[in-house]
Amino acid sequence: MSRPRHRAARSAGFYSTSTALAVLFLFPMVWTLLSSVHGRQASGGGNGWGIADYKRLFHYGSGLPTYLFNTTVVSLVTVCVTVVVTTLGGYAVARFSFPGKNLLFLVTLAILMVPYTTILVPLYVLLGWIGLQNSLIGLGLVLAMFQLPFGLFMMRNSFEALPVELEEAALIDGCTPTGVLRRVLLRGVAPGMVTVALFSFLAAWNEFVAPLIFLTDGAKFTLPVALFNLQSGSLGSVDFGALQSGVVTAAVPCVVVFLLLQRYYVRGFTSGALKG
Amino acid sequence: MLSLSPARTRSGGAPSPPPPARRDGSPLRRGHRRLAALYAAPMAAIVAVLFVVPLGLMVWMSFNHWPLLGASAPNGVVNYRALSDPLFLHALVFTLKYTVVTTVVLSLVAFGLALLVQEGRRGVGLFRTVFFLPSAVGLASASLLFYGLFNTGSSPLNAVIRFLVGGDVDWLGSSGNALYSTVGMITWRFAGFYMLILMTGLHAIDPMLYEAARTDGAGWWQIMRRVTLPLLRPTLALMMVLSVTGSLLAFDQFFILTGGRHGTATIVVDIYREAFLSQDLGRAAAVSVAILVGLIVINGAQLRLLRRGGR
Repeated sequence: MSRPRHRAARSAGFYSTSTALAVLFLFPMVWTLLSSVHGRQASGGGNGWGIADYKRLFHYGSGLPTYLFNTTVVSLVTVCVTVVVTTLGGYAVARFSFPGKNLLFLVTLAILMVPYTTILVPLYVLLGWIGLQNSLIGLGLVLAMFQLPFGLFMMRNSFEALPVELEEAALIDGCTPTGVLRRVLLRGVAPGMVTVALFSFLAAWNEFVAPLIFLTDGAKFTLPVALFNLQSGSLGSVDFGALQSGVVTAAVPCVVVFLLLQRYYVRGFTSGALKG
Repeated sequence: MLSLSPARTRSGGAPSPPPPARRDGSPLRRGHRRLAALYAAPMAAIVAVLFVVPLGLMVWMSFNHWPLLGASAPNGVVNYRALSDPLFLHALVFTLKYTVVTTVVLSLVAFGLALLVQEGRRGVGLFRTVFFLPSAVGLASASLLFYGLFNTGSSPLNAVIRFLVGGDVDWLGSSGNALYSTVGMITWRFAGFYMLILMTGLHAIDPMLYEAARTDGAGWWQIMRRVTLPLLRPTLALMMVLSVTGSLLAFDQFFILTGGRHGTATIVVDIYREAFLSQDLGRAAAVSVAILVGLIVINGAQLRLLRRGGR
Protein backbone atom coordinates (compact mmCIF):
# COMPACT_ATOMS: atom_id res chain seq x y z
CA MET A 1 0.00 0.00 0.00
CA SER A 2 1.40 3.39 -0.92
CA ARG A 3 1.98 5.83 1.91
CA PRO A 4 -0.70 8.46 1.19
CA ARG A 5 -3.34 5.78 0.77
CA HIS A 6 -2.20 4.18 4.01
CA ARG A 7 -2.63 7.51 5.75
CA ALA A 8 -6.09 8.00 4.27
CA ALA A 9 -7.14 4.55 5.47
CA ARG A 10 -5.88 5.34 8.97
CA SER A 11 -7.72 8.61 8.96
CA ALA A 12 -10.97 6.97 7.86
CA GLY A 13 -10.48 4.35 10.58
CA PHE A 14 -9.98 7.08 13.17
CA TYR A 15 -13.09 9.04 12.19
CA SER A 16 -15.41 6.04 11.91
CA THR A 17 -14.24 4.52 15.24
CA SER A 18 -14.42 7.84 17.04
CA THR A 19 -17.84 8.68 15.65
CA ALA A 20 -19.25 5.28 16.63
CA LEU A 21 -17.84 5.68 20.15
CA ALA A 22 -19.10 9.25 20.39
CA VAL A 23 -22.61 8.08 19.55
CA LEU A 24 -22.29 5.38 22.22
CA PHE A 25 -21.12 7.91 24.84
CA LEU A 26 -23.75 10.50 24.00
CA PHE A 27 -26.69 8.15 23.61
CA PRO A 28 -27.65 7.67 27.31
CA MET A 29 -27.70 11.44 27.86
CA VAL A 30 -29.50 12.26 24.65
CA TRP A 31 -32.09 9.55 25.24
CA THR A 32 -32.75 10.79 28.79
CA LEU A 33 -33.07 14.37 27.55
CA LEU A 34 -35.46 13.33 24.77
CA SER A 35 -37.65 11.08 26.90
CA SER A 36 -37.96 13.82 29.52
CA VAL A 37 -39.80 15.98 26.98
CA HIS A 38 -41.32 13.38 24.65
CA GLY A 39 -43.75 10.51 25.12
CA ARG A 40 -47.01 9.83 26.88
CA GLN A 41 -45.83 10.85 30.37
CA ALA A 42 -44.08 13.98 29.17
CA SER A 43 -46.96 15.27 27.09
CA GLY A 44 -49.54 14.38 29.73
CA GLY A 45 -51.57 11.83 27.74
CA GLY A 46 -50.89 12.13 24.03
CA ASN A 47 -47.78 10.93 22.32
CA GLY A 48 -46.06 14.18 21.43
CA TRP A 49 -43.86 16.72 23.15
CA GLY A 50 -44.57 18.33 26.51
CA ILE A 51 -43.19 19.47 29.84
CA ALA A 52 -45.53 17.52 32.12
CA ASP A 53 -42.53 15.61 33.54
CA TYR A 54 -40.89 18.85 34.61
CA LYS A 55 -44.14 20.11 36.13
CA ARG A 56 -44.43 16.97 38.29
CA LEU A 57 -40.76 17.29 39.25
CA PHE A 58 -41.34 20.94 40.14
CA HIS A 59 -43.95 19.99 42.74
CA TYR A 60 -42.26 16.84 44.05
CA GLY A 61 -41.65 16.76 47.82
CA SER A 62 -40.61 20.18 49.08
CA GLY A 63 -40.52 21.45 45.52
CA LEU A 64 -37.72 21.65 42.99
CA PRO A 65 -36.85 25.30 43.86
CA THR A 66 -36.08 24.25 47.45
CA TYR A 67 -33.79 21.45 46.34
CA LEU A 68 -32.04 23.65 43.80
CA PHE A 69 -31.60 26.35 46.44
CA ASN A 70 -30.14 23.85 48.95
CA THR A 71 -27.74 22.41 46.39
CA THR A 72 -26.67 25.92 45.39
CA VAL A 73 -26.03 26.91 49.02
CA VAL A 74 -23.89 23.82 49.65
CA SER A 75 -21.96 24.35 46.41
CA LEU A 76 -21.39 28.04 47.14
CA VAL A 77 -20.12 27.35 50.66
CA THR A 78 -17.82 24.61 49.38
CA VAL A 79 -16.44 26.69 46.49
CA CYS A 80 -15.94 29.90 48.52
CA VAL A 81 -14.35 28.17 51.50
CA THR A 82 -12.08 26.03 49.31
CA VAL A 83 -10.90 28.91 47.12
CA VAL A 84 -10.28 31.40 49.95
CA VAL A 85 -8.65 28.89 52.30
CA THR A 86 -6.38 27.29 49.69
CA THR A 87 -5.38 30.64 48.16
CA LEU A 88 -4.27 31.98 51.55
CA GLY A 89 -2.75 28.64 52.52
CA GLY A 90 -1.04 28.18 49.16
CA TYR A 91 0.48 31.67 49.44
CA ALA A 92 1.76 30.94 52.94
CA VAL A 93 3.20 27.55 52.00
CA ALA A 94 4.75 28.69 48.71
CA ARG A 95 6.33 31.94 49.86
CA PHE A 96 6.94 31.92 53.61
CA SER A 97 8.20 29.77 56.42
CA PHE A 98 6.19 29.46 59.58
CA PRO A 99 6.08 27.03 62.47
CA GLY A 100 4.24 23.81 61.62
CA LYS A 101 4.35 24.43 57.86
CA ASN A 102 5.57 20.97 56.88
CA LEU A 103 3.21 19.30 59.31
CA LEU A 104 0.24 21.21 57.88
CA PHE A 105 1.24 20.33 54.32
CA LEU A 106 1.64 16.63 55.15
CA VAL A 107 -1.56 16.31 57.16
CA THR A 108 -3.54 18.09 54.45
CA LEU A 109 -2.19 15.73 51.82
CA ALA A 110 -3.03 12.82 54.12
CA ILE A 111 -6.71 13.64 53.48
CA LEU A 112 -6.11 12.09 50.06
CA MET A 113 -4.89 8.88 51.64
CA VAL A 114 -7.91 8.50 53.88
CA PRO A 115 -10.88 7.22 51.90
CA TYR A 116 -13.51 9.75 52.59
CA THR A 117 -16.51 7.51 53.07
CA THR A 118 -14.76 5.90 56.04
CA ILE A 119 -14.68 9.07 58.13
CA LEU A 120 -18.28 10.07 57.46
CA VAL A 121 -19.59 8.16 60.49
CA PRO A 122 -17.37 10.00 63.03
CA LEU A 123 -18.01 13.26 61.14
CA TYR A 124 -21.73 12.67 61.60
CA VAL A 125 -21.20 12.43 65.38
CA LEU A 126 -18.83 15.41 65.44
CA LEU A 127 -21.18 17.67 63.48
CA GLY A 128 -23.86 16.76 66.02
CA TRP A 129 -21.60 17.95 68.85
CA ILE A 130 -20.86 21.31 67.25
CA GLY A 131 -24.46 21.86 66.18
CA LEU A 132 -23.86 21.52 62.45
CA GLN A 133 -25.79 18.31 61.88
CA ASN A 134 -28.61 18.66 59.38
CA SER A 135 -27.00 21.95 58.29
CA LEU A 136 -26.19 23.00 54.74
CA ILE A 137 -23.26 25.09 56.03
CA GLY A 138 -21.83 22.10 57.93
CA LEU A 139 -22.18 19.93 54.83
CA GLY A 140 -20.46 22.59 52.71
CA LEU A 141 -17.56 22.79 55.19
CA VAL A 142 -17.08 19.01 55.16
CA LEU A 143 -17.09 18.92 51.36
CA ALA A 144 -14.60 21.83 51.31
CA MET A 145 -12.29 19.87 53.63
CA PHE A 146 -12.17 17.03 51.10
CA GLN A 147 -11.16 19.52 48.39
CA LEU A 148 -8.26 20.98 50.41
CA PRO A 149 -5.45 18.61 49.30
CA PHE A 150 -6.07 19.20 45.59
CA GLY A 151 -6.65 22.93 46.15
CA LEU A 152 -3.55 23.44 48.28
CA PHE A 153 -1.36 21.63 45.78
CA MET A 154 -2.84 23.57 42.87
CA MET A 155 -2.50 26.95 44.56
CA ARG A 156 1.00 26.28 45.88
CA ASN A 157 2.10 25.40 42.34
CA SER A 158 0.35 28.51 40.99
CA PHE A 159 2.20 30.80 43.41
CA GLU A 160 5.52 29.08 42.80
CA ALA A 161 5.12 29.53 39.05
CA LEU A 162 5.06 33.34 39.48
CA PRO A 163 8.36 35.26 39.39
CA VAL A 164 9.42 36.63 42.76
CA GLU A 165 10.97 39.87 41.48
CA LEU A 166 7.76 41.86 41.21
CA GLU A 167 6.74 40.84 44.67
CA GLU A 168 10.14 41.62 46.21
CA ALA A 169 10.04 45.08 44.66
CA ALA A 170 6.63 45.74 46.16
CA LEU A 171 7.81 44.48 49.56
CA ILE A 172 10.86 46.75 49.44
CA ASP A 173 8.59 49.67 48.59
CA GLY A 174 6.89 49.01 51.89
CA CYS A 175 3.88 47.07 50.68
CA THR A 176 2.62 44.53 53.23
CA PRO A 177 2.41 40.83 52.24
CA THR A 178 -1.37 41.14 52.23
CA GLY A 179 -1.14 44.11 49.89
CA VAL A 180 1.24 42.20 47.63
CA LEU A 181 -1.17 39.30 47.51
CA ARG A 182 -4.12 41.52 46.69
CA ARG A 183 -2.51 43.93 44.23
CA VAL A 184 0.24 41.88 42.58
CA LEU A 185 -0.24 38.15 42.92
CA LEU A 186 -3.96 37.56 42.77
CA ARG A 187 -4.14 38.24 39.05
CA GLY A 188 -1.36 35.73 38.39
CA VAL A 189 -2.95 32.90 40.34
CA ALA A 190 -6.51 33.58 39.12
CA PRO A 191 -6.45 30.66 36.61
CA GLY A 192 -5.47 28.31 39.42
CA MET A 193 -8.32 29.67 41.53
CA VAL A 194 -10.77 29.01 38.69
CA THR A 195 -9.51 25.42 38.44
CA VAL A 196 -9.93 24.88 42.18
CA ALA A 197 -13.41 26.46 42.07
CA LEU A 198 -14.43 24.26 39.13
CA PHE A 199 -13.29 21.01 40.77
CA SER A 200 -14.97 21.84 44.06
CA PHE A 201 -18.19 22.97 42.35
CA LEU A 202 -18.52 19.71 40.39
CA ALA A 203 -17.80 17.68 43.54
CA ALA A 204 -20.23 19.61 45.76
CA TRP A 205 -23.10 19.85 43.27
CA ASN A 206 -23.01 16.10 42.63
CA GLU A 207 -22.22 14.82 46.12
CA PHE A 208 -24.56 12.07 47.23
CA VAL A 209 -23.44 10.08 50.27
CA ALA A 210 -22.49 12.98 52.57
CA PRO A 211 -25.85 14.82 52.27
CA LEU A 212 -27.62 11.44 52.47
CA ILE A 213 -26.06 10.91 55.89
CA PHE A 214 -25.84 14.46 57.27
CA LEU A 215 -29.21 15.87 56.22
CA THR A 216 -32.19 14.43 58.02
CA ASP A 217 -34.82 17.06 57.26
CA GLY A 218 -36.56 16.56 53.90
CA ALA A 219 -36.76 20.31 53.27
CA LYS A 220 -32.94 20.50 53.43
CA PHE A 221 -32.21 17.76 50.92
CA THR A 222 -29.93 18.50 48.01
CA LEU A 223 -31.04 17.61 44.48
CA PRO A 224 -29.24 14.21 44.21
CA VAL A 225 -30.75 13.03 47.52
CA ALA A 226 -34.21 14.30 46.56
CA LEU A 227 -33.97 12.46 43.24
CA PHE A 228 -32.90 9.30 45.05
CA ASN A 229 -36.02 9.59 47.21
CA LEU A 230 -38.11 10.10 44.11
CA GLN A 231 -36.67 6.84 42.75
CA SER A 232 -36.69 4.71 45.91
CA GLY A 233 -39.55 6.24 47.90
CA SER A 234 -42.32 4.58 45.92
CA LEU A 235 -41.18 1.03 45.27
CA GLY A 236 -42.83 -0.52 42.28
CA SER A 237 -44.24 2.62 40.75
CA VAL A 238 -41.32 4.86 39.97
CA ASP A 239 -42.23 8.05 38.10
CA PHE A 240 -39.58 7.63 35.41
CA GLY A 241 -40.62 10.78 33.60
CA ALA A 242 -40.06 12.99 36.63
CA LEU A 243 -36.84 11.09 37.42
CA GLN A 244 -35.47 11.71 33.94
CA SER A 245 -36.33 15.38 34.04
CA GLY A 246 -34.58 15.50 37.43
CA VAL A 247 -31.45 13.87 36.04
CA VAL A 248 -31.42 16.44 33.24
CA THR A 249 -31.89 19.29 35.73
CA ALA A 250 -29.03 18.04 37.88
CA ALA A 251 -26.69 17.43 34.93
CA VAL A 252 -27.22 20.59 32.88
CA PRO A 253 -25.36 23.03 35.19
CA CYS A 254 -22.36 20.70 35.39
CA VAL A 255 -22.22 20.10 31.65
CA VAL A 256 -22.54 23.82 30.87
CA VAL A 257 -19.92 24.85 33.45
CA PHE A 258 -17.59 22.15 32.20
CA LEU A 259 -17.98 23.13 28.54
CA LEU A 260 -17.29 26.77 29.37
CA LEU A 261 -14.30 26.11 31.61
CA GLN A 262 -12.80 22.91 30.23
CA ARG A 263 -9.44 24.60 29.64
CA TYR A 264 -9.22 25.14 33.39
CA TYR A 265 -10.32 21.58 34.07
CA VAL A 266 -7.47 20.17 32.01
CA ARG A 267 -5.03 22.42 33.91
CA GLY A 268 -5.96 20.43 36.99
CA PHE A 269 -4.45 17.36 35.35
CA THR A 270 -1.39 18.90 33.72
CA SER A 271 -0.26 20.89 36.74
CA GLY A 272 0.55 17.65 38.49
CA ALA A 273 -1.83 18.41 41.33
CA LEU A 274 -3.65 15.13 40.81
CA LYS A 275 -0.45 13.21 41.31
CA GLY A 276 -0.36 14.34 44.93
CA MET B 1 -13.45 26.28 22.36
CA LEU B 2 -13.91 22.55 22.32
CA SER B 3 -10.30 21.56 22.51
CA LEU B 4 -9.45 19.43 25.48
CA SER B 5 -5.79 19.59 24.78
CA PRO B 6 -3.46 19.59 27.73
CA ALA B 7 -0.46 20.35 25.56
CA ARG B 8 -1.82 23.78 24.79
CA THR B 9 -2.50 24.97 28.31
CA ARG B 10 -0.15 27.40 29.86
CA SER B 11 1.61 25.00 32.14
CA GLY B 12 2.54 22.83 29.17
CA GLY B 13 2.21 19.09 28.77
CA ALA B 14 5.11 18.24 31.02
CA PRO B 15 4.36 16.56 34.33
CA SER B 16 4.87 18.51 37.53
CA PRO B 17 8.14 20.39 37.26
CA PRO B 18 10.41 20.08 40.28
CA PRO B 19 9.47 22.84 42.72
CA PRO B 20 11.87 25.78 42.50
CA ALA B 21 14.22 26.44 45.36
CA ARG B 22 12.54 27.67 48.53
CA ARG B 23 12.41 31.42 48.75
CA ASP B 24 11.35 31.68 52.34
CA GLY B 25 14.84 32.31 53.64
CA SER B 26 15.15 35.82 52.26
CA PRO B 27 15.45 38.51 54.91
CA LEU B 28 12.44 40.28 53.43
CA ARG B 29 10.22 37.39 54.33
CA ARG B 30 11.66 36.37 57.65
CA GLY B 31 9.78 39.11 59.42
CA HIS B 32 6.44 37.79 58.28
CA ARG B 33 6.36 34.41 59.99
CA ARG B 34 3.43 35.31 62.15
CA LEU B 35 1.46 36.76 59.28
CA ALA B 36 2.13 33.64 57.20
CA ALA B 37 0.91 31.45 60.03
CA LEU B 38 -2.20 33.60 60.07
CA TYR B 39 -2.79 32.96 56.34
CA ALA B 40 -2.48 29.24 56.93
CA ALA B 41 -4.67 29.30 60.06
CA PRO B 42 -8.07 28.75 58.35
CA MET B 43 -6.68 25.71 56.56
CA ALA B 44 -5.15 24.37 59.78
CA ALA B 45 -8.44 24.89 61.62
CA ILE B 46 -10.53 23.04 59.03
CA VAL B 47 -8.02 20.20 58.75
CA ALA B 48 -7.81 19.83 62.53
CA VAL B 49 -11.53 20.01 63.32
CA LEU B 50 -12.97 18.17 60.31
CA PHE B 51 -10.19 15.68 59.61
CA VAL B 52 -7.79 14.97 62.48
CA VAL B 53 -10.44 14.95 65.22
CA PRO B 54 -12.87 12.68 63.30
CA LEU B 55 -10.01 10.33 62.49
CA GLY B 56 -9.22 9.97 66.18
CA LEU B 57 -12.89 9.79 67.03
CA MET B 58 -13.33 6.97 64.54
CA VAL B 59 -10.71 4.86 66.34
CA TRP B 60 -12.20 5.73 69.74
CA MET B 61 -15.75 4.93 68.60
CA SER B 62 -14.64 1.54 67.34
CA PHE B 63 -13.84 0.55 70.94
CA ASN B 64 -17.17 1.73 72.30
CA HIS B 65 -20.74 0.59 72.26
CA TRP B 66 -22.05 3.62 70.37
CA PRO B 67 -25.73 3.55 69.42
CA LEU B 68 -27.11 6.08 66.92
CA LEU B 69 -29.12 7.63 69.77
CA GLY B 70 -28.27 7.41 73.45
CA ALA B 71 -25.17 7.15 75.61
CA SER B 72 -22.00 5.33 74.62
CA ALA B 73 -19.76 3.12 76.76
CA PRO B 74 -16.42 1.38 76.17
CA ASN B 75 -16.80 -2.24 75.14
CA GLY B 76 -13.30 -3.37 74.14
CA VAL B 77 -12.98 -5.06 70.78
CA VAL B 78 -16.56 -6.39 70.60
CA ASN B 79 -17.32 -4.13 67.60
CA TYR B 80 -14.58 -5.80 65.60
CA ARG B 81 -16.70 -8.93 65.54
CA ALA B 82 -18.51 -7.14 62.71
CA LEU B 83 -15.54 -8.22 60.59
CA SER B 84 -16.51 -11.89 60.89
CA ASP B 85 -20.20 -11.22 60.21
CA PRO B 86 -21.29 -13.24 57.13
CA LEU B 87 -22.94 -10.13 55.66
CA PHE B 88 -19.65 -8.23 55.89
CA LEU B 89 -17.65 -11.13 54.46
CA HIS B 90 -20.06 -11.41 51.56
CA ALA B 91 -19.81 -7.65 50.95
CA LEU B 92 -16.02 -7.92 51.07
CA VAL B 93 -15.90 -10.68 48.46
CA PHE B 94 -18.37 -8.89 46.20
CA THR B 95 -16.45 -5.60 46.50
CA LEU B 96 -13.14 -7.28 45.62
CA LYS B 97 -14.71 -8.96 42.60
CA TYR B 98 -16.24 -5.66 41.48
CA THR B 99 -12.91 -3.87 41.97
CA VAL B 100 -10.99 -6.35 39.81
CA VAL B 101 -13.56 -6.37 36.98
CA THR B 102 -14.01 -2.57 36.98
CA THR B 103 -10.30 -1.80 37.08
CA VAL B 104 -9.49 -4.17 34.21
CA VAL B 105 -12.38 -3.06 31.97
CA LEU B 106 -11.98 0.63 32.74
CA SER B 107 -8.19 0.62 32.21
CA LEU B 108 -8.49 -1.11 28.83
CA VAL B 109 -11.27 1.16 27.56
CA ALA B 110 -9.59 4.33 28.84
CA PHE B 111 -6.25 3.32 27.33
CA GLY B 112 -7.90 2.61 23.99
CA LEU B 113 -9.62 6.00 24.05
CA ALA B 114 -6.39 7.76 25.01
CA LEU B 115 -4.51 6.14 22.12
CA LEU B 116 -7.35 7.06 19.78
CA VAL B 117 -7.47 10.76 20.63
CA GLN B 118 -3.87 11.52 21.60
CA GLU B 119 -2.81 12.67 18.14
CA GLY B 120 -3.65 16.14 16.93
CA ARG B 121 -6.14 15.75 14.10
CA ARG B 122 -8.97 17.90 12.90
CA GLY B 123 -11.93 17.54 15.20
CA VAL B 124 -10.11 15.47 17.79
CA GLY B 125 -10.90 18.05 20.48
CA LEU B 126 -14.59 17.50 19.89
CA PHE B 127 -14.20 13.75 20.41
CA ARG B 128 -12.18 14.29 23.59
CA THR B 129 -14.93 16.53 24.93
CA VAL B 130 -17.65 14.02 24.06
CA PHE B 131 -15.79 11.13 25.72
CA PHE B 132 -15.21 13.21 28.81
CA LEU B 133 -18.72 14.64 29.04
CA PRO B 134 -20.24 11.77 31.13
CA SER B 135 -17.60 12.53 33.80
CA ALA B 136 -19.16 15.97 34.32
CA VAL B 137 -22.42 14.25 35.28
CA GLY B 138 -22.51 13.28 38.94
CA LEU B 139 -22.18 9.62 39.86
CA ALA B 140 -25.57 9.63 41.58
CA SER B 141 -27.22 11.28 38.56
CA ALA B 142 -25.50 8.82 36.24
CA SER B 143 -26.80 5.93 38.35
CA LEU B 144 -30.35 7.31 38.24
CA LEU B 145 -29.99 7.84 34.51
CA PHE B 146 -29.03 4.21 33.99
CA TYR B 147 -31.72 3.08 36.39
CA GLY B 148 -34.19 4.54 33.90
CA LEU B 149 -32.30 3.09 30.96
CA PHE B 150 -32.37 -0.41 32.46
CA ASN B 151 -35.90 -0.37 33.79
CA THR B 152 -38.15 1.28 31.24
CA GLY B 153 -39.62 -0.86 28.50
CA SER B 154 -39.33 1.98 26.01
CA SER B 155 -35.57 2.46 26.48
CA PRO B 156 -33.56 1.76 23.33
CA LEU B 157 -31.33 -0.58 25.35
CA ASN B 158 -34.28 -2.89 25.97
CA ALA B 159 -35.53 -2.47 22.41
CA VAL B 160 -32.19 -3.64 21.03
CA ILE B 161 -32.07 -6.61 23.42
CA ARG B 162 -35.60 -7.61 22.52
CA PHE B 163 -34.60 -7.52 18.87
CA LEU B 164 -31.46 -9.60 19.51
CA VAL B 165 -32.64 -12.26 21.97
CA GLY B 166 -36.38 -11.99 21.56
CA GLY B 167 -37.09 -11.31 25.24
CA ASP B 168 -36.45 -8.89 28.07
CA VAL B 169 -33.32 -8.92 30.15
CA ASP B 170 -33.50 -8.11 33.85
CA TRP B 171 -30.40 -5.93 33.95
CA LEU B 172 -30.27 -5.68 37.73
CA GLY B 173 -32.19 -8.82 38.68
CA SER B 174 -29.33 -11.08 39.76
CA SER B 175 -25.93 -10.64 41.34
CA GLY B 176 -24.10 -11.30 38.07
CA ASN B 177 -26.36 -9.13 35.92
CA ALA B 178 -26.23 -6.26 38.38
CA LEU B 179 -22.43 -6.50 38.60
CA TYR B 180 -21.88 -6.32 34.85
CA SER B 181 -24.59 -3.70 34.28
CA THR B 182 -22.95 -1.54 36.93
CA VAL B 183 -19.50 -2.05 35.45
CA GLY B 184 -20.92 -0.92 32.10
CA MET B 185 -22.38 2.19 33.68
CA ILE B 186 -19.15 2.98 35.55
CA THR B 187 -17.12 2.53 32.36
CA TRP B 188 -19.38 5.02 30.58
CA ARG B 189 -19.08 7.47 33.48
CA PHE B 190 -15.31 7.26 34.16
CA ALA B 191 -13.62 6.22 30.88
CA GLY B 192 -13.21 9.84 29.73
CA PHE B 193 -11.75 10.90 33.07
CA TYR B 194 -9.06 8.21 32.97
CA MET B 195 -8.56 8.89 29.25
CA LEU B 196 -7.60 12.45 30.17
CA ILE B 197 -5.13 11.25 32.81
CA LEU B 198 -3.53 8.77 30.40
CA MET B 199 -3.42 11.37 27.62
CA THR B 200 -1.49 13.72 29.88
CA GLY B 201 1.00 10.91 30.45
CA LEU B 202 1.23 10.09 26.74
CA HIS B 203 1.87 13.73 25.83
CA ALA B 204 4.72 13.89 28.33
CA ILE B 205 6.65 11.24 26.37
CA ASP B 206 9.31 12.80 24.14
CA PRO B 207 8.26 12.30 20.45
CA MET B 208 11.96 11.87 19.61
CA LEU B 209 11.85 8.47 21.32
CA TYR B 210 9.14 7.23 18.95
CA GLU B 211 11.06 8.66 16.02
CA ALA B 212 14.22 6.85 17.10
CA ALA B 213 12.41 3.56 17.65
CA ARG B 214 10.80 3.79 14.23
CA THR B 215 14.15 4.52 12.58
CA ASP B 216 15.49 1.40 14.23
CA GLY B 217 12.71 -0.53 12.54
CA ALA B 218 10.50 -1.18 15.56
CA GLY B 219 6.88 -2.06 14.82
CA TRP B 220 3.76 -0.70 16.53
CA TRP B 221 3.66 -3.48 19.12
CA GLN B 222 7.36 -3.21 19.93
CA ILE B 223 7.11 0.56 20.40
CA MET B 224 4.12 0.02 22.67
CA ARG B 225 5.92 -2.57 24.80
CA ARG B 226 9.41 -1.06 24.90
CA VAL B 227 8.71 2.69 24.82
CA THR B 228 5.15 3.70 25.62
CA LEU B 229 4.20 1.35 28.46
CA PRO B 230 7.44 1.67 30.48
CA LEU B 231 7.39 5.46 30.24
CA LEU B 232 3.71 5.56 31.11
CA ARG B 233 4.27 3.58 34.29
CA PRO B 234 3.78 6.47 36.76
CA THR B 235 0.55 7.49 35.03
CA LEU B 236 -0.67 3.89 35.00
CA ALA B 237 0.13 3.66 38.70
CA LEU B 238 -1.93 6.78 39.38
CA MET B 239 -4.85 5.37 37.39
CA MET B 240 -4.63 2.02 39.20
CA VAL B 241 -4.60 3.60 42.64
CA LEU B 242 -7.53 5.89 41.81
CA SER B 243 -9.57 3.10 40.24
CA VAL B 244 -8.88 0.52 42.96
CA THR B 245 -9.58 2.99 45.77
CA GLY B 246 -12.72 4.27 44.06
CA SER B 247 -14.06 0.77 43.43
CA LEU B 248 -13.30 -0.55 46.91
CA LEU B 249 -15.30 2.39 48.28
CA ALA B 250 -18.16 2.06 45.78
CA PHE B 251 -21.44 3.22 47.25
CA ASP B 252 -23.64 5.48 45.09
CA GLN B 253 -23.94 3.13 42.13
CA PHE B 254 -25.02 0.03 44.09
CA PHE B 255 -27.08 1.93 46.66
CA ILE B 256 -29.09 3.50 43.84
CA LEU B 257 -29.18 0.74 41.23
CA THR B 258 -29.89 -2.28 43.43
CA GLY B 259 -30.09 -0.96 46.98
CA GLY B 260 -27.68 -3.79 47.81
CA ARG B 261 -30.22 -6.46 46.88
CA HIS B 262 -29.23 -9.74 45.18
CA GLY B 263 -25.99 -9.84 47.18
CA THR B 264 -24.65 -6.64 45.66
CA ALA B 265 -23.95 -4.81 48.92
CA THR B 266 -20.43 -3.35 48.93
CA ILE B 267 -18.35 -2.69 52.03
CA VAL B 268 -19.48 0.92 52.25
CA VAL B 269 -23.12 -0.12 51.82
CA ASP B 270 -22.42 -2.49 54.74
CA ILE B 271 -21.04 0.41 56.82
CA TYR B 272 -24.13 2.45 55.99
CA ARG B 273 -26.40 -0.42 57.09
CA GLU B 274 -24.51 -0.96 60.35
CA ALA B 275 -24.63 2.75 61.15
CA PHE B 276 -28.08 3.85 60.09
CA LEU B 277 -30.24 0.74 59.80
CA SER B 278 -28.81 -1.32 62.70
CA GLN B 279 -28.11 2.04 64.36
CA ASP B 280 -24.77 0.83 65.67
CA LEU B 281 -22.15 3.49 65.02
CA GLY B 282 -19.49 1.59 66.97
CA ARG B 283 -19.59 -1.39 64.63
CA ALA B 284 -19.64 0.94 61.61
CA ALA B 285 -16.54 2.68 62.99
CA ALA B 286 -14.79 -0.68 63.50
CA VAL B 287 -15.42 -1.64 59.86
CA SER B 288 -14.22 1.84 58.79
CA VAL B 289 -10.95 1.44 60.71
CA ALA B 290 -10.38 -1.95 59.10
CA ILE B 291 -11.02 -0.58 55.59
CA LEU B 292 -8.71 2.37 56.21
CA VAL B 293 -5.88 0.05 57.27
CA GLY B 294 -6.61 -2.30 54.37
CA LEU B 295 -6.55 0.51 51.80
CA ILE B 296 -3.29 1.95 53.08
CA VAL B 297 -1.70 -1.50 52.80
CA ILE B 298 -3.14 -2.14 49.31
CA ASN B 299 -2.16 1.27 47.92
CA GLY B 300 1.29 1.05 49.45
CA ALA B 301 1.77 -2.38 47.88
CA GLN B 302 0.52 -1.19 44.48
CA LEU B 303 2.84 1.80 44.44
CA ARG B 304 5.82 -0.26 45.56
CA LEU B 305 5.11 -2.99 43.03
CA LEU B 306 4.82 -0.53 40.16
CA ARG B 307 7.89 1.39 41.24
CA ARG B 308 10.04 -1.69 41.60
CA GLY B 309 8.87 -3.06 38.27
CA GLY B 310 10.02 0.17 36.68
CA ARG B 311 13.66 -0.35 37.54
